[in-house]
Amino acid sequence: MNWKTFYALLSRDGHVARRSLAMVLVQNLLQPLLFTFVFGRVLTSGGLMASGFKAVLLPGVIAISMVIAGVQAVAMPLITEFQFSREIEDRLLAPIENGWLAVEKIIAGMIQALVAGLVIIPAAWLTMGSGAHLSFASPFTFAAFCLLVALLAAAGGLTLGCSVGATQIGLMFSIILTPMLMFGCVYYPWSFLRAFPGLQYAVLLNPVVYASEGLRGTLAPGVPHIAGSITASVLALADVGLVALGIWKFRKKAVS
Amino acid sequence: MGIGIRIEHLRKVYDSPPPSAAGGRGFSFGPTRSGGRKEKKKKVEILALDDVSLEIPAGQIFGLLGPNGAGKSTTIGILTTRTEPTAGRAFVGEFDVWQQQVKAKRVIGVVPQRPNLDFALTTREVLLFHGAYFGQSARERARRADEELEKFKLTDRANQMVRELSGGLMQRLSIARAMMHDPEVLFLDEPSAGLDPQTRLMLWEIIRGYGSLGKTIVLTTHYMDEADTLCQRLAIIDHGKIIAQGTPRELKSSIPGGYLLRLRFDRATDELLRQIRELPGVTEVKSADPTAADVYADRGGPLIGPLVNAAQAAGVEVRDVHIQEPSLENLFLHHTGRSLRE
Repeated sequence: MNWKTFYALLSRDGHVARRSLAMVLVQNLLQPLLFTFVFGRVLTSGGLMASGFKAVLLPGVIAISMVIAGVQAVAMPLITEFQFSREIEDRLLAPIENGWLAVEKIIAGMIQALVAGLVIIPAAWLTMGSGAHLSFASPFTFAAFCLLVALLAAAGGLTLGCSVGATQIGLMFSIILTPMLMFGCVYYPWSFLRAFPGLQYAVLLNPVVYASEGLRGTLAPGVPHIAGSITASVLALADVGLVALGIWKFRKKAVS
Repeated sequence: MGIGIRIEHLRKVYDSPPPSAAGGRGFSFGPTRSGGRKEKKKKVEILALDDVSLEIPAGQIFGLLGPNGAGKSTTIGILTTRTEPTAGRAFVGEFDVWQQQVKAKRVIGVVPQRPNLDFALTTREVLLFHGAYFGQSARERARRADEELEKFKLTDRANQMVRELSGGLMQRLSIARAMMHDPEVLFLDEPSAGLDPQTRLMLWEIIRGYGSLGKTIVLTTHYMDEADTLCQRLAIIDHGKIIAQGTPRELKSSIPGGYLLRLRFDRATDELLRQIRELPGVTEVKSADPTAADVYADRGGPLIGPLVNAAQAAGVEVRDVHIQEPSLENLFLHHTGRSLRE
């Protein structure tokens, strides 16, 4: 393992991300923030939603923002770089095993997902106005969930980025990402799906469910949620699986 | 001390269309369908290299000459770790390219057929990050980047985003990038495609200069003049097979009757043409016009004396003699029965 090269690859991604930081943050966070404002503030202040909904919504919004940021940060550049221009070849020719370039992409994606999380927490909390009670009583559990969610997003982004062609980006959003977010227990706790038993168990295949429910468990323990030990274990398993799948796909795609 | 290259029985079959950087544009031979009964989906198989063996001595400028889709880019792809061979082995120096990828990557520089520059960076950053990937210190890479920018006349574009550069400038930057880490072996896949004549000459100078440092250079081209002036040795490749190998001179003189002498007289008599036909070494005489004759022969200069003597004896004045050396185009035609550009 060649640390100098690995660090250079990581600093390249950092450099590119910093250059477009404001744009990327707006791109990834504006929608969740608007959603927070409309559902967390407008509808609750008008009495259409109970104010307890704020505590349900906020952890979900944090989860979804991190997932979107991580997936976009890894998948979108990869899709273009593997296309016609084969921009990535420059880095594939760097003196390091191709698999490490995939690992580097995952770490860069995790960092971007964590930055998105750090920005969205105060932003969403402020947007929500008064009444959003979040608990930071267990900071280590919270940090651990953030890392698990960031890794999920980045490794998922790697897998998607190596599976989807440039012409299918729109399709990727409409048939993969949007259903994953809508059925990801972002805007409601998992237990609310009780009325739809088939759906309630089908959504368990969606890793975003564990991201939202896991963060909900640590930030709003008063809201019904899946037990933390279960969400953490499933997230860890999904992380391991996606990392392995993503690296495998990347290495396959890297050579002809 | 330079590094040589060895290729042993290399074979490459693509089971999906090859990426265009590896010769994907315009395979001139038809795909064959594999007949395995167990396969649910019939795969399209394209044979890009068929048992190619080759040895390139250290410190040489070596050319792979062939038409589009001949297998040139696939050969380069395998030697640069970008393409997995179906069978056979490739060595850069002592490193088996497929088994010891990282070690091989360290000693090679690659200029792809189409610029694959990092569009998210500026011209100078492309060089700086490339240097960083190869472990150069900040000071060293800054110095080298400035040198390369100067050498390739890109200094005034240093802070421009790569995506804003024209095709020719991108190509120059690709070459600068490949030289940034001072590789022992430089691969250039059709380096002068799309370059204007001045830039092409500049590029040839730079390649020669790099070669004179004892580096091994492998370039592919379908321009005969480029292969002829630049390369010390050539392999002519077609349909995934090497059909001829040698120095440009050896290759050209290997065709019988490869020289063409174009003569002009004040008048050409039938008697004179008959005498020329009987001169030793002459294979064919064509005369479309009463004052001219095209003489095909296996020699050029040594035939001038006898030709002039024959003309004098016939009382004819020679007005002009032009000798055309055997060309690689003729050679390609000779070996494949078709022109290189087809």
